[in-house]
Amino acid sequence: MKHHQFNFQRFWAIVAKEFIQMRRDRLTFGMMIGIPMMQLILFGFAINSDPKHLPTAVLSADHSVFARSFVSALKNSAYFDVRHELHSEAELDRVLDHGEVQFAIQIPADFSRRLLRGERPALLLAADATDPAASGGAIAALHLLVDSALNHDLKGPLQKLRASPGPIELIIHRRYNPEIITQYNIVPGLMGVVLTMTMVIITALAITRERERGTMENLLSTPARPGEVMIGKIVPYIMVGYLQAILVLLAARYLFQVPVIGSVTLLMIVILLFIAANLAVGITFSTLARNQLQAMQMSFFFFLPSILLSGFMFPFRGMPVWAQYLGEILPLTHFLRIVRGILLKGNDLSDIAPGLWPIALFLVAMLALGIHRYRQTLD
Amino acid sequence: MKPPPESVIDVQGVTKRFGDRTVVNRIDLRVLRGEIFGFLGPNGSGTSTFLRILCGLLTPDEGSGRCLGHDIRSDRAAIKREVGYMTQRFSFYEDLTIQENLDFIARIYAVANRAAAVRQSLQTLGLTERGHQLAGQLSGGWKQRLALAACLIHQPQLLLLDEPTAGVDPKARRDFWEQIHRLAAQGLTVLITTHYMDEAERCHRLAYLAYGNLLTHGTVAEVVQGANLTTYEISGPLLHRLADQLRGQPGVEQVVAFGNTLHVSGRNALQLHQSLAPARSDPYHCRAITSGLEDVFISLMDTARDNFR
Repeated sequence: MKHHQFNFQRFWAIVAKEFIQMRRDRLTFGMMIGIPMMQLILFGFAINSDPKHLPTAVLSADHSVFARSFVSALKNSAYFDVRHELHSEAELDRVLDHGEVQFAIQIPADFSRRLLRGERPALLLAADATDPAASGGAIAALHLLVDSALNHDLKGPLQKLRASPGPIELIIHRRYNPEIITQYNIVPGLMGVVLTMTMVIITALAITRERERGTMENLLSTPARPGEVMIGKIVPYIMVGYLQAILVLLAARYLFQVPVIGSVTLLMIVILLFIAANLAVGITFSTLARNQLQAMQMSFFFFLPSILLSGFMFPFRGMPVWAQYLGEILPLTHFLRIVRGILLKGNDLSDIAPGLWPIALFLVAMLALGIHRYRQTLD
Repeated sequence: MKPPPESVIDVQGVTKRFGDRTVVNRIDLRVLRGEIFGFLGPNGSGTSTFLRILCGLLTPDEGSGRCLGHDIRSDRAAIKREVGYMTQRFSFYEDLTIQENLDFIARIYAVANRAAAVRQSLQTLGLTERGHQLAGQLSGGWKQRLALAACLIHQPQLLLLDEPTAGVDPKARRDFWEQIHRLAAQGLTVLITTHYMDEAERCHRLAYLAYGNLLTHGTVAEVVQGANLTTYEISGPLLHRLADQLRGQPGVEQVVAFGNTLHVSGRNALQLHQSLAPARSDPYHCRAITSGLEDVFISLMDTARDNFR
């Protein structure tokens, strides 16, 4: 039937109306621009923590007793959790790029031979330093670990090798963020936080407001179809979301000098998915809330776990396992990894794919719930 | 030649339940083109819900029928295009100007030659100079005028008005009713809910709803006659004492003070006459009068409370 089709003119009427209202509502408009700016400035300060049990990969080309006791010392330590035994450097690069591990330790083939000759062989530690707070404590611990592990084996005639400056040379590569600049981690993350906050709150409010003021009833008595009303109300906020994302991106690049290695186009596409996921939450809340205050409260109910459990405020791997499981549900968790991956590591589509589907899944589930609830509120 | 009267609304057995509460109970109704049809009933009687069903906002749980020739169940989208519905509360955008509100509604209804329609509407309203004022700054009467203008901008065939004059001053109400009659004369059909008796008397036909049930309908005269109510007007000193004395007497169903007189009504004329014996002696003066619409409605409401609650 022809009148069941989506009508672009009606849809556009709603979009235009929404923009006029946005312009009139100075406070909300200020919030949309003010929140990103405020957070950018406030979160310039770092939030630190000392996470343990960080996933680690070992690439050992040496099979001597020294290498083995070093690896078992790693395994026994609280900081390192050896998950992978690697066989090539390409593999090492891959696990770091994908964020599967925080550290990769490379033991060269001539490790024990040079150790015994007293040549201070090199032990390479490659750390994913996109989140410097997550690796700082572990790196400090590694120095002690190396000494105590080898001292145990360097007995009798080998004891002389224990003399300072230590039997081996520990080389640390802080990948993606060599100077451990906290802003590298915080600022890209802010993009996700800002979008989560404003997208959820503002859509929840915009739709609840129509219901609270009785204008929704009026709108639904017109030929405008529910789909046109919804999408017409959402599209302006997608544009606002992009404005915020670009604002943060510009600040990241020019204010905080965060490197932008990966594809900005790819990032912009991912942002659309992420915005959609948050808008779906906002719509669902608007169908549950009876007034704007409730909509606001629900938004915070979603926002707080997002900011606390996503790895934005505290290193994700420093959280207890149950909290990590909760965090994995939230779109922000995956979005943070993707933004940092694209900006700092130059991730491409295949690298970020593991983070995309959980966001998509969340979007579909939330949308199904929201549309289901929305239908109920109509009759 | 006048065409034969055409029914704009023709529905049978319309029922709507919210949970286990029946809000509209098996209502049959026919409204003809050009009629002003008044809907009365106590608060929560189902008048608003019935209006929402007619304008396609709600689907009835039971019943069938046509509104403007479209099926009220399957053709709600077509009904929405040809109906103007004015909600009980002002439901336009207070943060949009008068002109923006009209323009928005015109766009939603895909009105041809939109700018001209909006200009015309502003002119009719007498708001051409104030078109750029925010709707939220208007007084109650002006908001109501704006709402009516917005409902008319797509030239609907049927106007559904839910308590349009609540909180509007007498002058604005009179202007409003004059406009309604003018529109009806041009062939627009109007369904209006109200609590005001003077407004009810301005309608061509009336219906009275209580607890979802249609209790009576017809012209004012038909409704009054159908109620079969006898009313006496009593004057004299210290009427409130007499009122207390009369209440509860057999046949006395209503004792209502009307200024310096007392209206006493009941459906059993004989019993009422006997019970009024004390009012016929000095210092009181008692005479039979025609029952007013209000007497009839209060009587209906009391009966309905006994029967349906």
